[in-house]
Amino acid sequence: MPKLIIDGKEIEFNPGQTVIQAAKENGIDIPHFCWHPSLSISGNCRVCLVEIEKMPKLVISCSTPATEGMVVQTQSEKVVAARNAVMEFFLINHPLDCPICDEAGECKLQDYAYQHSVGESRFTEEKNHKEKRVELGPNVMFDGERCISCSRCIRFCDEIAGKKELTFIKRGDRVTITTFPGKKLENPYSINVTDICPVGALTNRDFRFKSRVWEMAPTKTICSGCARGCNIDVWTRNNEILRLTPRFNNDVNSYWMCDNGRLNTFKHINANDRVNGPHIRKEGELIKVGWDEAYAKTLSELKSFAKDEIAVLTSASLTVEDAYLVSKFVRSINVKNFDFVKNIVPGSGDAILIQEDKTTNAKGVELMGVDSSKGGLKFDEIISHIESGRIKAVVLIEQDLIGLNSAFEKALAKLDFLVALATNFDTTTSLANVVFPASTYAEKNGTWINFQGRIQRIRPAVTTIEMERSLDGMSLSRWDKFGTDFDSWGKSQKNDARPTWKIISGLANAFGTKYKFTMAEEIFNEIAHTNPLFSGLDYDVIGERGVQLKTETMQIPPLAGQKKVKI
Amino acid sequence: MAKKNRLKDLSFGQRIYITEILKGLRLTLKNMFLPKFTMQYPEVKFDPPASYRGRPVLAMEENGQERCVACGLCSRVCPALAIEVQAAETENEKERYPVKFEINMLRCIFCGFCEEVCPEEAILMSKDYELAFTNRADAIYGKDKLLTPVSKLQDRINFVRQFK
Ligand code: SF4
Ligand code: SF4
Ligand code: SF4
Ligand code: SF4
Repeated sequence: MPKLIIDGKEIEFNPGQTVIQAAKENGIDIPHFCWHPSLSISGNCRVCLVEIEKMPKLVISCSTPATEGMVVQTQSEKVVAARNAVMEFFLINHPLDCPICDEAGECKLQDYAYQHSVGESRFTEEKNHKEKRVELGPNVMFDGERCISCSRCIRFCDEIAGKKELTFIKRGDRVTITTFPGKKLENPYSINVTDICPVGALTNRDFRFKSRVWEMAPTKTICSGCARGCNIDVWTRNNEILRLTPRFNNDVNSYWMCDNGRLNTFKHINANDRVNGPHIRKEGELIKVGWDEAYAKTLSELKSFAKDEIAVLTSASLTVEDAYLVSKFVRSINVKNFDFVKNIVPGSGDAILIQEDKTTNAKGVELMGVDSSKGGLKFDEIISHIESGRIKAVVLIEQDLIGLNSAFEKALAKLDFLVALATNFDTTTSLANVVFPASTYAEKNGTWINFQGRIQRIRPAVTTIEMERSLDGMSLSRWDKFGTDFDSWGKSQKNDARPTWKIISGLANAFGTKYKFTMAEEIFNEIAHTNPLFSGLDYDVIGERGVQLKTETMQIPPLAGQKKVKI
Repeated sequence: MAKKNRLKDLSFGQRIYITEILKGLRLTLKNMFLPKFTMQYPEVKFDPPASYRGRPVLAMEENGQERCVACGLCSRVCPALAIEVQAAETENEKERYPVKFEINMLRCIFCGFCEEVCPEEAILMSKDYELAFTNRADAIYGKDKLLTPVSKLQDRINFVRQFK
């Protein structure tokens, strides 16, 4: 490999790389606004100026190809002086309203002003005034005064989202961003521009003014919106999720996520209609009861049905661990009518990220043996058998069936007994006889297998009453760390909910089968020991970026250690 | 160091003890006739100087609006985590304001860091030192108790400006 020298350090690079790319790969950070690793080179911000030996003038490192033997200085006196001068120009017309600006704390201009600026302005004239609070689209707000005209947002729309929606107009210091006439910034990926905008010119309308970034604790997890499984950070404050942002993973989602995933996959978690504690229907009303009472009720009711009158239906968004234990339990009680519910919306996918499969773990649920292979009925047959009265009791796991398709309401209404494991009260739970409170994906550990066959971890970001942020190793903000229950922010809502595997484990206990698991991780370790597809994997190996499973050689061995229990 | 023979080191005057007692009594008697500093609180109230750091308050402009833009810096710098701010959008030119601003007076240690960090000169240390509560909830001061007209804070503002 060819080599070049940056700041006296010899580094290797791939032919075709630019100086800034070679530097970045070797941990040398050259300041930049307009350059973005995933976008084309624009070269307009001039902050990445470096000195290269034998070149008469400073050059921008983002567009200068690295060549063999090049000697680059990023910290020489000339470079530092030039960088300071460029920063001074940027700050001339910038409103410097950081106290009001939502970007403060994660603003490149703010950071560079501290690192690469003299700290004083020699500009005494009136600053340029531009349009503020411009609604570029349904999800993005634009503040013209803060814009530094880097063109990242324009290039994102053109190159990544594939929709030419934004452009520059005017010249000189009057230049500003606008949508093309008659158009809006409304592509399905529009909010990504707020992440890549180096300043606070573009803001997420859903998150504006909600919180300062340093008040929240980020948790590395996975989006629950579709089978892509975009890597995301979930930002929590006072046990409440305030926003989701994409997390870089080159194999899955690069730097991006879709607007639907960002806006519509977390609001139910802090909603008022969460199921808080187990509920039993008494005289037509769902009444909150203790866990033991709910288990006992479920046991005694299910016992009154023949095995082929019972069906178990799960969502395809269970974690691998949940699905494994559900499967193990269902086999142990010898119920054969067992399947998961698909949620595929034809035509809703695209060639960028969004998948037609709106569930997160269809592959994993299938791999864990949630199916009718033991001679039971498939999903469609189960529904028709419910309608004809041959199936009388259903255990519905994390699936709002009626929400999926209101046509199922007729079938479910016919049932004698419906148990629902649900996160929120919905039309389906309004028909249920017993409702168990299931944790959402943001309240538990687990793994999902995305449509590529990549296994990725989800992590808890919100606590239930069983959890404690610091003891459970969750991310902590300063307020989480030092607050007490007596502080107003310590009195956040915590639900009495459990992950599905734990609820199933309790139910199995009532049926006389003991599972010894105390953590999702232990279930995963058992899977890794018994299923060759997962051999060698554990939570640490899967880590933050996930691991690609060798699904071509996929073999599903029978579940280990099953015990038949009579009901 | 050689061991001190204490008895031997004392002078005669010290050894007879009575002279030292008289010296002490002289100081006591002298102070009996000097002016007194003790105040008969609460009948007489202490009026602190501008440099005094009483409980923090929020400056309110004449139009009844707070100066605070809910930037959250005071909340971040507060070593005692006494301040909780929740921002929201307004139609004003400064598009951010605090819908909720609470200081927990049980947590506050009257350090004045919040005043120092505030970019808007919106939070200031007042002269109010009378803080007594009968339960925890009363100790949390919301905007209703914190907002104070700027006119009443001019003293402190002038003082703070000397050090900008
Ligand atoms: S709005 Fe942001 S991303 Fe777009 S040009 Fe301006 S500074 Fe760059
Ligand atoms: S593409 Fe799918 S996984 Fe990615 S952000 Fe959108 S909904 Fe979530
Ligand atoms: S005076 Fe100090 S302790 Fe009290 S609110 Fe201000 S920063 Fe916090
Ligand atoms: S530092 Fe000043 S402007 Fe910012 S939130 Fe506190 S009081 Fe308001």
